Amino acid sequence: MPYALLFSVFVVAACGLAYELVAAALSSYLVGDSVTQFSTVIGVYLSAMGVGSWLSRYFQRDLIGSFIRIELAVGLLGGFSAAALFFAFTWLSGPFLLLLYLLVFVIGMLVGLEIPLVMRLLEHRLQFKDLVSRVLSIDYLGALAVSLLFPLWLAPKLGMVRTALLFGLLNVLVALWTTWLFRHELVSRRVLWLQGGSALVLIVAGFAAADRLSSIAETALYEDRIVLAESTPYQRIVLTRWRDDVRLFLNNNLQFSARDEYRYHEALIHPGLASLPWAKRVLVLGGGDGLAIREILRYPQVESVTLVELDPAMPALFKQHPALRELNGDALNSPRVRIINTDAFRWLESQANAYDFIVVDFPDPTNFAVGKLYTNTFYRMAERALGARGRMVVQSTSPLYARQSYWTVVQTIESVGLQTRPYHALVPSFGEWGFILAGREPYTPPQRLPTGLRFINADTVPGLFNFPPDMARTPAEVNRLNNQLLVRTFEQEWKQVQR
Amino acid sequence: MKRRDFLRAGSLAAGSLGLAGCSRTPPSGLPPGQLLGPSQALGHRLRDGTGFPAASETRKVEALIIGGGMAGLSCGWWLKRQGHASFAVLELENEAGGNARSGSNPISAYPWGAHYLPLPGPEAPELRLMLAEFGALKGDPHALRPEYEERYLCFAPQERLHIHGAWQEGLLPQFGIAQVERHQQQRFIEQIASLKATLDGRGRPAFATPSARGGSPTAALAGISMADWLQQQGYDAPSLHWWVNYGCRDDYGTDYRQTSAWAGLHYHAGRHGQASNADSDDVLTWPEGNSWLTRRMAQGLGDALQPNAMAWQIEQTAQGCSVLVYLAQENRSVRYLADKLVWAAPTGFLAHVMPSLPPPWQTAMAQLSYAPWLVANLSLRAPPAERGQQPLCWDNVLYGAAGLGYVVANHQSLQLHDQGCVLSYYRPLTEATPAAGRKLLQTAPHAYWARSILAELGRVHPDLPGLTEQLDVWRWGHAMLRPTPSLFSSDVLPRLRQPQGRIMLAHSDLSGFSLAEEAHYWGVRAARWLLEHKDEFA
Repeated sequence: MPYALLFSVFVVAACGLAYELVAAALSSYLVGDSVTQFSTVIGVYLSAMGVGSWLSRYFQRDLIGSFIRIELAVGLLGGFSAAALFFAFTWLSGPFLLLLYLLVFVIGMLVGLEIPLVMRLLEHRLQFKDLVSRVLSIDYLGALAVSLLFPLWLAPKLGMVRTALLFGLLNVLVALWTTWLFRHELVSRRVLWLQGGSALVLIVAGFAAADRLSSIAETALYEDRIVLAESTPYQRIVLTRWRDDVRLFLNNNLQFSARDEYRYHEALIHPGLASLPWAKRVLVLGGGDGLAIREILRYPQVESVTLVELDPAMPALFKQHPALRELNGDALNSPRVRIINTDAFRWLESQANAYDFIVVDFPDPTNFAVGKLYTNTFYRMAERALGARGRMVVQSTSPLYARQSYWTVVQTIESVGLQTRPYHALVPSFGEWGFILAGREPYTPPQRLPTGLRFINADTVPGLFNFPPDMARTPAEVNRLNNQLLVRTFEQEWKQVQR
Repeated sequence: MKRRDFLRAGSLAAGSLGLAGCSRTPPSGLPPGQLLGPSQALGHRLRDGTGFPAASETRKVEALIIGGGMAGLSCGWWLKRQGHASFAVLELENEAGGNARSGSNPISAYPWGAHYLPLPGPEAPELRLMLAEFGALKGDPHALRPEYEERYLCFAPQERLHIHGAWQEGLLPQFGIAQVERHQQQRFIEQIASLKATLDGRGRPAFATPSARGGSPTAALAGISMADWLQQQGYDAPSLHWWVNYGCRDDYGTDYRQTSAWAGLHYHAGRHGQASNADSDDVLTWPEGNSWLTRRMAQGLGDALQPNAMAWQIEQTAQGCSVLVYLAQENRSVRYLADKLVWAAPTGFLAHVMPSLPPPWQTAMAQLSYAPWLVANLSLRAPPAERGQQPLCWDNVLYGAAGLGYVVANHQSLQLHDQGCVLSYYRPLTEATPAAGRKLLQTAPHAYWARSILAELGRVHPDLPGLTEQLDVWRWGHAMLRPTPSLFSSDVLPRLRQPQGRIMLAHSDLSGFSLAEEAHYWGVRAARWLLEHKDEFA
């Protein structure tokens, strides 16, 4: 009997550490900042164990029954902890951390109750010194076993959801085993058998559904049905559809939603291009979806559009997929459009042509590689490719959420000797979005715009250039290849928005 | 800190065969690669006295420069700039550049040695002029804070250190370092700042680059080692000792217990360069390293530069200098008659080709000691996976490792996506004596180095060994002069700086440490000496 109980101590200790590791790993995986996550999860967990140990003094009668119920509770809570955290993160972005610590606290408290109760169960069966030495050493051994198994085998092979369920199962089995061992001493053994059996069924059902649980949780990160997912050497392209809305994600970042992309692309193109009635040659850097080109092709005087896009998969997709061709008005198949699949920076370096209008539509500066495309060296090259009276427009993040970043881009463009006219527009799926017009001559907003636009007209254009105080210009430094200020600023600002 | 340039050396024993390597079939699990380095054939031929063919032709020049590394090329660059045409620069290898040589593959060009240049201060106007000529410096080269071409300034992020299981920004150990140690670091940095601002008796910076334009080594600093100096000043923080030692190994290939404190401090206090568009500790760098500079210098020399040419006998007579030169490509010797001669190869090697060495040099040269180095270039099909917050930088250093870490050769690429990456790994063999290090370089097979390097880097990048598709190793037997306390407390350097008759030495060796700026200074000084009283010899 004592050995059976000691073995359950081993299992219980292993499970206790496993839940702690699952919670810490999952939260650092989802939230980032692993040092903080590990440290706070372990801290909350250990202190909760302390609370549990202290509370154990209030358990007076039916120690065995209490121990079994606690096991069942730990098994269920812990077993489903990973799945619960995953779902909480995808659906309730706000209180995720609260739920995390609450769950960690409750599990920790229950685990904290286990060892004192087992020790009291063994009280009369062993001498005190043997009791303490055996229980505690086995407790620590159980922890060692899991701490080695977790990173080497459990986390990589089983994943978080199933690892948690596995340990939940162990807890429930310990409960059932204990019920059997003490079947002659237990008063309410029928109820306990019933409870244990139900818990077992739940956990096993959880296992069976684990694959679906994880994939539901992961696809829930994208709200809608995935209609296409493709990994290219450069990025992961995911296209989703829900009713009439098509959304494009590149590396999990939303690029457009068909519901309001017209706002973004009309704002990107028309304030600039409509002011250049003589424009014949247009250059588009980035933006392989053809949506900006759809707007450019509204101008009959534009003779050629050159699209420089690194990833050949993007224009290929938007040339072929029926829904996407409908979305971009089949722009990429227009005889006026020439597509060059190469690196924009390198291409510009060796470029001798002059363009009347240049559209710079790169992803946001989220890393140092993309950050190079927002430096003065890049704009200097773009400036060289600009015709004498030409103009350039740059998508430049949100002046509201990333105000300092936005004005850093303005400052950087001005540093290469161009005059800028910053403006912004509301694109609901992005929020308030910023653009910058740049040229050698002063800019006058256009009086006439192409027909058929849904967002921009001659009356609304001047208003785009007004910046309310919360987006107004702030002093900024030039973003250079050797400082990459923008990437750091952007990261900080965006982190604050997400909090 | 930065890996300073180490300059042309180790090549007297080198053959004209250039990258004479031997391909090996790798033992299982190791990436293929070559063991490269100077071929020893010509050097042995000289040493064994088996001789070279007699001269079949005599060529007359006003000035002859022997050695096509940074110093020799600088000398030629200045002569050409001053409109002087009657000179020749002889290079032993089939390509000039010395320690600044480089290689390339489809992913990127990469350095085999010196790979960056700190921003030159006002003490190096000639170097600034040259950078302006090559388009790396824009506007007025004499401005206090000139503007540099930003494609050549090291891109951010620049440096990171792997310490206590994580990457931190910058190389000064911070992560997991106790407050007490950080206070010492702070005190050291403040002390350096005041040394940097110190002037010598003539109003020049006490520590300048080139060092000849600053104060002379003071007896108190010259004669003790950098390690002892730290102890003497009450610094005992292990992280600070590691950092200072890293600097000495990095710049001088010498452990800080064998580096003169004067040299050790010069590393930190001797740079006064600033820029209008960069921080003062920024550097100029290129995928191919400093061969970006030496190739341009070599190109400017045109026919005046003669590669595959080995001087094997030098005589000084009343009429001029007579130099026998073996042209490896043609398998014949020619006699150069020159009014004046500049020896711009590693200083210590002059003794091998000049039987009647001027006595003041003879004893001085016997005291020079050179450090062996190893440089490896690893071609990876993709950058190693990053797990922390600190992204891959230009310079990536491992705390406490035998090597100095690695530099990403294609860091300066403007492309969004490269087809992989090339990591340049640097390792001075400071564990043993220089002779023992050279012995190891001569005998250890490719697999030995591949295993050692992959084990070291694999500790922080578990996926790196699997990603590595090629691992080439270059062995420098005599890479750098070692700036020991005995060197700086003797009169060796002042004696070597004095020309003897018609011969002047030009090499970073004359500074006692191997920096590109030093080599450039001595090269230009030699050119000025050649141009002085030119008529006397004509």
